[in-house]
Amino acid sequence: MNPAAIDRYLELWRITKTYQGAAGPVSVVKDFNLTVKQGEFISLIGHSGCGKSTVLSMVAGLSEPSKGGLVLAGREITGPGPDRGVVFQSPSLLPWLTALQNVTLGIRQVKPTASRKEIDEIGAHYLTLVGLGDALHTRPPELSQGMRQRVGLARAFALNPKMLLLDEPFGMLDSLTRMELQQILIDLWLEDQKTALMVTHDVDEALLLSDRVVMMTNGPEARVGEILEVPFARPRDRFALIEDPQFEALRDQLVGFLEDHAVGHAAERVAQQRSEKTDSESGLPTVTPAELVTVEDA
Amino acid sequence: MKIKATILNGLQLAGLGAFDPVVRLLSGENPSAQLPKIGQFILMPIGGFALFLAVWTIAASSIQTRYGSIPNPKAVWVAGSQLLAAHQKTTADRQQFYVDRDKQAKEYVEKAATLRTAAADPKNAALKDRLDEAAVKNDGLAASTMKRKYAGSPSYLDQIRTSLLTVFTGFVLASAIAIPVGILCGLSPVFMACVNPFIQIFKPVSPLAWLPIVMIVVGALYTTDPSEAWFEKSFISSAITVALCSLWPTLTNTALGVASIDKDYINVARVLQLSPSSRVFKIILPASLPLMFTGLRISLGVGWMVLIAAEMLAQNPGLGKFVWDMFQNGSSETLAQIMVAVFTIGGIGFLLDRIMIVCQRMVSFDSAVSA
Repeated sequence: MNPAAIDRYLELWRITKTYQGAAGPVSVVKDFNLTVKQGEFISLIGHSGCGKSTVLSMVAGLSEPSKGGLVLAGREITGPGPDRGVVFQSPSLLPWLTALQNVTLGIRQVKPTASRKEIDEIGAHYLTLVGLGDALHTRPPELSQGMRQRVGLARAFALNPKMLLLDEPFGMLDSLTRMELQQILIDLWLEDQKTALMVTHDVDEALLLSDRVVMMTNGPEARVGEILEVPFARPRDRFALIEDPQFEALRDQLVGFLEDHAVGHAAERVAQQRSEKTDSESGLPTVTPAELVTVEDA
Repeated sequence: MKIKATILNGLQLAGLGAFDPVVRLLSGENPSAQLPKIGQFILMPIGGFALFLAVWTIAASSIQTRYGSIPNPKAVWVAGSQLLAAHQKTTADRQQFYVDRDKQAKEYVEKAATLRTAAADPKNAALKDRLDEAAVKNDGLAASTMKRKYAGSPSYLDQIRTSLLTVFTGFVLASAIAIPVGILCGLSPVFMACVNPFIQIFKPVSPLAWLPIVMIVVGALYTTDPSEAWFEKSFISSAITVALCSLWPTLTNTALGVASIDKDYINVARVLQLSPSSRVFKIILPASLPLMFTGLRISLGVGWMVLIAAEMLAQNPGLGKFVWDMFQNGSSETLAQIMVAVFTIGGIGFLLDRIMIVCQRMVSFDSAVSA
């Protein structure tokens, strides 16, 4: 693939999504532009209802943009397909299938000529990677929420897709489980560095996982507000990162952006989140505004 | 401990949760907690039933009808055991009939064989034609004897068996139509719009209105010679009537089940680009099974109720005909026997419902039932 194609692996060009509301058409997202390099991990961050998930579901092909276009690896996205592995917020596993069957259901679609044994082996391999090697034949109702989401991750990675799409994948988990699963996601991702697009509302998660964080303005007519480069070298260590003054600076910048765009109780929530942070880490060096590194999007 | 857990799970699955505390008590688990539960879920229902019997006994003696007083519980019990005894007698008679029949047929066959051997003998050459003729005649007699069927009236248990067979046939027929149509309705709003008027209009129609139409149509179309037919006309009419009335709950519930599948599952199917057939068999059918079974359960209940009415009118041997015959007989035992029938119908209806509940729990993916 030529260098230009690698630099512009995924392109979202002026995409607009308009719904017919009670008081006339409402554009959730308007003129949303984004270019993603191959192998890049991008987080989309913004307030609830700002249209993050709308953007993701258009990339997944589950909904069509009203205007504008999406191109992945030189081809326009016209519908869903197994070349994009999607991890949904709720794991969306089929409860009547075992963990392994849930994972292999998709593999069969991308490898139609493979034998049943090969398919099962691939599925078992990915389930082992997410730490469910012992639970291959367990059905989702008997798994914990965190384990289900592990199956969800295995299902997406097992497709060996061009791209990973993660829609607040850990939003429904408690913080301990979330940390575990973030680590699993990083480990899986480091194996073959798939291009990834993740929707999140967790600032720390975005900084820990991504190469760039895309901050969205509030809807309606949401678009890209700022883009933040996350310069930390990989593999990243969660605890070393928290101690890093630059992390604190980036974090403040993200939270500051969200605060500026906060409305109603969302503002209180961000402020509260911020004060908690300051309290709990009062021992850490404080960052002066001069130290802040702002990366402006052209 | 494992055995206990298995028993408890089994009880839960069979809908016999009431006996849960008994098992726990027998295993010595916290008696003070189990006894009140036993009181509530077992002793109270027994007490209620005893009260019902007492009221019935008192009320029965005070109501006089043209067939005598209303039978009390004991009279009904006696009538029930008489029906059982009659069944045993009928069964014995029938067996005897078939033994005799087979014996006679065998004699004819043997005679024919003897005649043929004789005919083959050169000494009897002059009589050969007549001997052959006699042998053929005996063959014919053997065949017609074997065709003879027991003509005695069916016993009470035979009637029950016929009723069960009829309701089962009707139910299977209804399900075979309702499930595919229901799936189509759930999948395609256009198809649903086409079918909906029929559903809405035919759903409330009483079985009694269907029956004459069904009987006439069956009479016109089912013209197989009665001695060779597998089923009697009345059986087919009743089964079709049951099917027509029990079609709707399955149809509407299946359609609802398919139409209301979790959007996440559909998204999974879309992302994985599943083929239409694996979409139906891997996602849509399993996801809608619980509601489908709710529909099937209601259908079977409706079918059982419809059946009694249909049998009364179609004169199909079965519990309905039994009740009607007893009513027409007008003997002193009429009322007691009809009451036996009422309890039988209720008991069987209850059992069928239980069976469907167990099936429903087995296919429900959300309950934590492990195979």
